[in-house]
Amino acid sequence: MAFKTIKRPKISIGERFYLKALLGGLVITMKHLVLSIIGKSRSKKELGGSGIGVTMQYPEYRWDKHLPEYYRGYPVLVKGEDGRERCVSCQLCEFICPARAITIKPGEVPADSQWNKVEKAPVEFEIDMLRCIYCGMCQEACPEQAIFMSQGYLLTPTDKKAGVHNKAKLYELGGTKQGLVNKWNAYK
Amino acid sequence: MIDSILSFCDSVLSNQYWFFIITLLIKLVICFAITIAFIPISVLIERRVASFIQDRVGPNRVGIPATIFKRFGMKADLPFVKALDYFGLPHDGRIANICRYFRLDKDIPLLGLLQPAVDGGKLFLKQDFTPPFVRRFYFWVAPMLVLAPPLMTAAVIPFAGDLETPYGNINMVVANLSIGPLWIFAISSLSVYGLVLAGWSSNSKFPLIGGIRSSAQMISYEISMGLSIIPLLMIYSELNLSNIVQYQADNGWLLLPFWGEGLTVERWVLLIPIVISFIIFLTSVFAETNRTPFDMSECETDLVGGYHTEYSSMKFAQFFMGEYAAMIVGSSLVITLFLGGWSIGFGIDGWLLDNCGNWISTILQLIFYVLKLAAFAFFFVWVRWTVPRFRYDQVMKLGWLVFFELAVINIFITAAILYFIK
Amino acid sequence: MSEETSKLPKDIAAAEGKVNVQINGTWYQFPRGMRIIDACKSVGVHVPTFCYHPKLAIAGSCRMCLVEQGMPPRLAPGQAPSYDAQGYQHIQWMPRPIIACANTVCENMGIKTNSPLAEEVRAGVLEFLLANHPLDCPICDQAGECKLQEFSNDYGKLKGRYTESKTKKGKNLSVGPNINLDQERCVLCGRCIRFMRDIAKDPVLSFSQRGTHNAVTIYPGRELDHPYSMNVVDLCPVGALTSKDFRFKMRVWFLKETKSIDVNCGTGTNITIWSREEQVYRLTPRQNDEVNSCWMPDEHRLNYRFINSPQRIPQPVIRTDINAPHRASTWEPSFSALAEAIKRVPADQIAIIASGRMTNEELYMTRLLAEQIGTKHVDIVSRVKESDGMLISADRNPNTTGAQVILGLENPGSQLEMIRDGVQRGKIKAILCLGEDLTSPEAGFKAQDFENLNYLFVMDHTASDTARAADLVLPGVSFAEKFGTMINVTGRIQRLNKAIEPIGYAKDDWTILQSITKALGSNSPAMNAVSSMDILSLIGQEYAALENINWGRVGDCGLQVLETGVTIPLIEQEKNPQG
Repeated sequence: MAFKTIKRPKISIGERFYLKALLGGLVITMKHLVLSIIGKSRSKKELGGSGIGVTMQYPEYRWDKHLPEYYRGYPVLVKGEDGRERCVSCQLCEFICPARAITIKPGEVPADSQWNKVEKAPVEFEIDMLRCIYCGMCQEACPEQAIFMSQGYLLTPTDKKAGVHNKAKLYELGGTKQGLVNKWNAYK
Repeated sequence: MIDSILSFCDSVLSNQYWFFIITLLIKLVICFAITIAFIPISVLIERRVASFIQDRVGPNRVGIPATIFKRFGMKADLPFVKALDYFGLPHDGRIANICRYFRLDKDIPLLGLLQPAVDGGKLFLKQDFTPPFVRRFYFWVAPMLVLAPPLMTAAVIPFAGDLETPYGNINMVVANLSIGPLWIFAISSLSVYGLVLAGWSSNSKFPLIGGIRSSAQMISYEISMGLSIIPLLMIYSELNLSNIVQYQADNGWLLLPFWGEGLTVERWVLLIPIVISFIIFLTSVFAETNRTPFDMSECETDLVGGYHTEYSSMKFAQFFMGEYAAMIVGSSLVITLFLGGWSIGFGIDGWLLDNCGNWISTILQLIFYVLKLAAFAFFFVWVRWTVPRFRYDQVMKLGWLVFFELAVINIFITAAILYFIK
Repeated sequence: MSEETSKLPKDIAAAEGKVNVQINGTWYQFPRGMRIIDACKSVGVHVPTFCYHPKLAIAGSCRMCLVEQGMPPRLAPGQAPSYDAQGYQHIQWMPRPIIACANTVCENMGIKTNSPLAEEVRAGVLEFLLANHPLDCPICDQAGECKLQEFSNDYGKLKGRYTESKTKKGKNLSVGPNINLDQERCVLCGRCIRFMRDIAKDPVLSFSQRGTHNAVTIYPGRELDHPYSMNVVDLCPVGALTSKDFRFKMRVWFLKETKSIDVNCGTGTNITIWSREEQVYRLTPRQNDEVNSCWMPDEHRLNYRFINSPQRIPQPVIRTDINAPHRASTWEPSFSALAEAIKRVPADQIAIIASGRMTNEELYMTRLLAEQIGTKHVDIVSRVKESDGMLISADRNPNTTGAQVILGLENPGSQLEMIRDGVQRGKIKAILCLGEDLTSPEAGFKAQDFENLNYLFVMDHTASDTARAADLVLPGVSFAEKFGTMINVTGRIQRLNKAIEPIGYAKDDWTILQSITKALGSNSPAMNAVSSMDILSLIGQEYAALENINWGRVGDCGLQVLETGVTIPLIEQEKNPQG
């Protein structure tokens, strides 16, 4: 069976006033408070805390090398080993994007291009990072392995326009990715 | 010259009208200074205590000189040296040395005490955005209606004992009304208009729900709040808050009757209804101020930001300040009614008056009052970061089915006790 | 015995000319001679198909519609048929499936579309079709409305076993001014070939090569340039034939479909407007067997770009002095300025030139405006050219019939010359031009004619020479931005639906006319109308020809209300193939 019925615990009249639970909670938070002030927070050492509590003093110290492989930073566009821009502007990421952060203007690959076999490429590809919620659905929806969630998280736009990443910026952030499937080969 | 000034002051103060006006102004300044100054302080307490409870540091980055050199890079990058380079100054020149003398080469964090000031500045500088399609007049009026009532109610709360001066007796309360608690209830219930108007005028669904929730909740808890202090008023037989505090200073705080008349058996019997009243009143104050276990009206998980979702900049800050001002006034009311207001307690008030003089005792009482207030602000924060938020139906059930009945029964219990012991 | 047999279902059905057919275990009655695929469709059983199209000849080339079929066993000589409790004979299922499009139903037939055999053969056909199909979906314009995608998702194995190299064919070939051909994507259904042969009567497409190299090709030296050529794009179930106009513009799953009608000629071809975020991306024909079958002329299909063009007038434009430049204005002052200007000119010196491109509701409001002013000079600009013998009617105005009915014009366009004369001789001092460019050849005004006028008011959605000369221009909306009805040349009333919001501050034309009439002091019931549906109901109360008409009765496919005697050649041809 997919679900399990759990019986609600019977609580006595004494417990129903929740006074003990309430006071117990107050004691726990007070304990944390006292331990923080005297600098003995739990797992402070393991987490590399500094000063009071377990906080890592962010701009000076960073967590970067502990970032897990599956960490979802800002989305980027990548180029393949052959230098081809992998995005073919199928607009599936635009469709799946729950925050509607992606806007793509599709266009044609010029006939004299080395990659005119692909026919289609984005003219403009914008991700509004003020809307992006870093869910990674674009990466999952992408049939061309073109959009990836990077490990980057340092984004500080100073105005709203700078918060919108255009195609050039996305490729600059993404760079080249190795070991992707080369679908648009001669035998496709 | 000095003599003439002194004699002028003397003649002015001897006139009872001028004396009244001048003392009133001084009292006003003290009263509002306490209330207003406590808003940023309680914000700081809030943030600091919350972070300690969660094993964090909390606000600690703001320091003198307000991290102005931060724009030149991080601490490790020697921002001061970079700043000097930027202006083309020698590293050990006169200006550099002057800066070093004033410790401008490094930040002095000051435990993050500057944070509230900088926060306030930030709020002033933020874009004041009025969304389209709001009902503009009410949208603008609503924050004022939230902030004004708590500040008005502070007027009747005594913040120190009487001060005897050669020109007359100064009562340390802005408005020595003989209907103190009633005034507070009357005025503080007005702030619900601000919340409802904010919710309605924002022309958005979440603020509307938040506004409606808060009005229902505040009106519900006002009832149990009002009923819960009736036993106290029966015990005090008094509605003047100054007299109530004076009574507690002489005869023991209501919750801690350890001196004066408080040592009698009757007072200890009366503690039963008083404790019930205290619990109801305290909880209702939490509900009235929309603080966390009861912050249904701005519950982020289901209402984004509640009634102030559409507000920004100082208009938002006014809601924010209104909440803290209400919290401070609520605490001061609890202190005044149950915990002896300004009195230092244990009979020390009388001893101080006799041995150290009137001025010293009044100032000590003022300090003690402020300390009590700070302790209570801490208590508010402590509860906020301990107790999870109620569900809305639980809030209403608690208000109407538990506290209301309990408060009514409590009145009868008190009446019965008083009938037998007096 | 004879009484019992007469009660058998087959006899009951035969009396009505029908036959009994069991589809997926349920018995139905269908007319004799109906195709199995139509029979299944009529009872809601979906049979996938590529090559079958109701308006085209049957080819039976795609094999996608294979179903399992059974008949009663053939009787031995002298054997009497046996019937079960319901009176049906036992069905003996055939070991091999048949195609549903090229076979007709017959008595006591059994059809299974969901049996293991039917499912397996469909999956097999799809696997063959996909063997050489390129992995083009991310760049294919058909993705999202591609039958091959849909069927392989619904019926296919979703996994190919074909590891050999795919056959290479021509890609991205330009076969005509509007059409691109991708032979690799083709499933060889031949719909395009049959359309060009049977409907367009310009057989330029054909299959060439054999076996795995079989491909659709165009005759050497010819182009797919027939005026109806773009219908093959709609017909193509996959992305083999794609429109150059729509190429890489937008993926279809973003587009909103709005049912409307074409306003380029009097036929009123039923169309679907495909739009996204207030931008129209394409028009496609919508099936209406009384008006346009399933087709649409290319010229009309491509005439949508003006909707989002920069030439559109976004807000009221006013000129207070003859020599002053135009400046942007707002609605309320414009209405009062116009009302004052109209009141200054005597009623018989005012002419209203309406348009045959207006909806019935707008024409009704025009009539009320003319009555309020008190002028008799009301006419439309007529546009009669030659019919193309298929769908484009001789009358290039979409609503001339409506103008005849609503404005009561006997002969539309006959007064226009008189008005033009009146302007040149100074008898007419003000013109209210509604949705027309008077300098166009059809209207025949000259730019210097406007100098004789005291006041020229223009209501139009796009800037024109007339609008540039006008004292006041109020921006109306294009056909994609409004609700309304029009009556086509055959007397059929049809609905326009709003696909996008008006551009800028433009307003629905009928509300502009309503506001002007109101500003002139009218208190007609139409002044309280809040939508064009309200006005249609008012029209239904007023005109005998359109008695009791309302928005709901008109419906998506229109309602025949008048008998004009005009017919649409293509529809006549479809109804009487021999004639």
